[in-house]
Amino acid sequence: MYKLTHLKELESESIYVLREVAAQFERPAILFSGGKDSIVVTYLAYKAFYPAKIPFPLLHIDTGHNFQETLDYRDALVKKLGAQLVVGSVQESIDKGRVKEEKGYNASRNRLQTTTLLDTIEEYKFDACIGGARRDEEKARAKERFFSHRDEFGQWNPKNQRPELWNIFNGHKNMGEHFRVFPISNWTEMDVWQYIYAENIPLPSLYFTHERRCFLRDGQWLAAEPCMTLKPTEEVVTRRVRCRTIGDITCTGLTISEANTLEDIIAEIAATRVTERGGRADDKRSETAMEDRKKEGYF
Amino acid sequence: MELLRFTTAGSVDDGKSTLIGRLLYDSKSIFEDQLEAVERASRSRGNEEVNLALLTDGLRAEREQGITIDVAYRYFATPKRKFIIADTPGHIQYTRNMVTGASTADLAIILIDARNGVVEQTVRHSYIASLLGIPFITVCVNKMDLVDFSEQVFTDIRRRYEEMAAKIGIRASLLFIPISAKYGDNVVEASRNMPWYDGGPLMHLLETVSIDHKMGDETQPIRFPVQYVIRPISDKFPDYRAYAGRLAGGVLRKGDTVRVLPSGLTSTVKAIMQADKELDAAHTPESVSILLDDDIDISRGDMIVSKDGPQPIVTQQLKMHCCWFNETEMQLRKRYILRTTVSETVAMVQAIYYKVDINTLELVEGVTSLKMNDIACITVKTANPIAVDRYNENRVTGSVILIDPDSFETVGAGMVEFS
Repeated sequence: MYKLTHLKELESESIYVLREVAAQFERPAILFSGGKDSIVVTYLAYKAFYPAKIPFPLLHIDTGHNFQETLDYRDALVKKLGAQLVVGSVQESIDKGRVKEEKGYNASRNRLQTTTLLDTIEEYKFDACIGGARRDEEKARAKERFFSHRDEFGQWNPKNQRPELWNIFNGHKNMGEHFRVFPISNWTEMDVWQYIYAENIPLPSLYFTHERRCFLRDGQWLAAEPCMTLKPTEEVVTRRVRCRTIGDITCTGLTISEANTLEDIIAEIAATRVTERGGRADDKRSETAMEDRKKEGYF
Repeated sequence: MELLRFTTAGSVDDGKSTLIGRLLYDSKSIFEDQLEAVERASRSRGNEEVNLALLTDGLRAEREQGITIDVAYRYFATPKRKFIIADTPGHIQYTRNMVTGASTADLAIILIDARNGVVEQTVRHSYIASLLGIPFITVCVNKMDLVDFSEQVFTDIRRRYEEMAAKIGIRASLLFIPISAKYGDNVVEASRNMPWYDGGPLMHLLETVSIDHKMGDETQPIRFPVQYVIRPISDKFPDYRAYAGRLAGGVLRKGDTVRVLPSGLTSTVKAIMQADKELDAAHTPESVSILLDDDIDISRGDMIVSKDGPQPIVTQQLKMHCCWFNETEMQLRKRYILRTTVSETVAMVQAIYYKVDINTLELVEGVTSLKMNDIACITVKTANPIAVDRYNENRVTGSVILIDPDSFETVGAGMVEFS
């Protein structure tokens, strides 16, 4: 007797969405951050078009504050898939005077990425950017569509989203407008990990326990890398940690953990009582930090 | 583990937020940082109790105005199943949002306040759930604590609901549960206050209700809308040509003889692929790609179906129920883009047979345009022939949307009746 599991159903839905993007847009790209969600989206794209190559380039917005492991993983994956890689550099945006670096201890290039992203979209004339955002991640994302329409300024207008029914996706747009597409909208953090486990998808080593020099700020462990400015009271110590999500160094919280395998990670997440974005400094800036950034054109 | 998608319908004070909050909380799907954030937000708004609505009302405007603007999707899991809730707001643009949330739901929860019984809104919610073809409707008679957990009250409401359902022709399977969302009676745990009820709590029902309708069985006609043609054009795969899509009906097997619409040509299934894995059979709703024995011209928008058995209707004229979504009124004879799952054509609304008064369910004739949130029965004429099924036979191949050709907004949703 055939059994339809939640992973099969979610995988099928995501592959359907990815194929719709290929059919409806002229120049789509996958927003690749090196985190597990964009890795899963890229893997699903590989499955959706096999044996043809993925018909989109990978677009990485590089804040210049990335973990080396992320960059190594990205380059190896691009080589393996024979995919095209486009890098938008936040450092270049700063050098060109497009954006201004934040100051202070909690300075982050997280928000600056938006300008680099929109500039890169314009330069390459991308009409759809495929992202790994999930609705369970954050309250503003709970109201996001699979096909999310953005105006000429890249802005998201939550009050004027197109109704999205059944599995019919409307990718029509005017000149200069574009879409963000989120194929794994309906996946939860646990689904992503179970899928990575079931399909045996390789991940950057940052997700597994390792020794790292880090420091504690506002109850959150952060990596002691050169791009971080320490307060006089903050002390660098070595701990066994892993990342639950990976963003750039300035906003990626580290979890004290001994999880060494995918089984360990799944068990750890099943027992945890804090959401994965609980460790993300970028979301803590205000009650509606994510919504505000999305309106400006953030991922 | 299986996946169940459900939608919740109810008006402002019937305890919908409380019920969802309890399902999430009791299944340990609310995390500490979320609860702390909601507690903080509730306090800063001067609410005395923790306002669980703030969990779903994520947008700034919603929090400021204390209203829900849009469909919010919530996720939770128990050891038995995984759930997706499409939570739709109870007031503004209600019809539009409920139609959206209901379009993908396997089950609808309709809440009734035990003190008020079946009211106008109950009828409206039930009608929409039925129109959108949701297979199961679970009627939760809430606030039983306020009617002394009375069996009489529950059976009276149940009888009245069943009468109403018969009158408006609801086809969904009906289930009734007396609950108190506030105190948790019959939500996750069976109630000790209602020994006369032996049907099991809501959570048990959600965990065990059949999801067989999602999967194709051998008796269903095969429906495979072609989404995309995979042509690697590489040294390793020089002549490879596979048709990619998501099976929308039946079970497709290697060796099956199939017909391609609209051309009507037939061929045999040579292989069914899921990436590099070859399958003997594909089941609805799997995404696969298929290779055929014959080299025939197939492109996106075509549909591959069983050679024998019930065929889709290939037509340029459609009769359908339509829900209008846009502030700009629908106009007769205006051109719209009509979109099925994978194909598009220009279409024109020829006639509006009647509009449904969503409060009384009376049919209003002589209507010449549709306003936002109107539901009507219309006919449209399309520029090109399209292949469709009746919506009540197939929710994927029987549904369409209408797109405004100027603004490109999705302005209407259609459920095919017949041609």
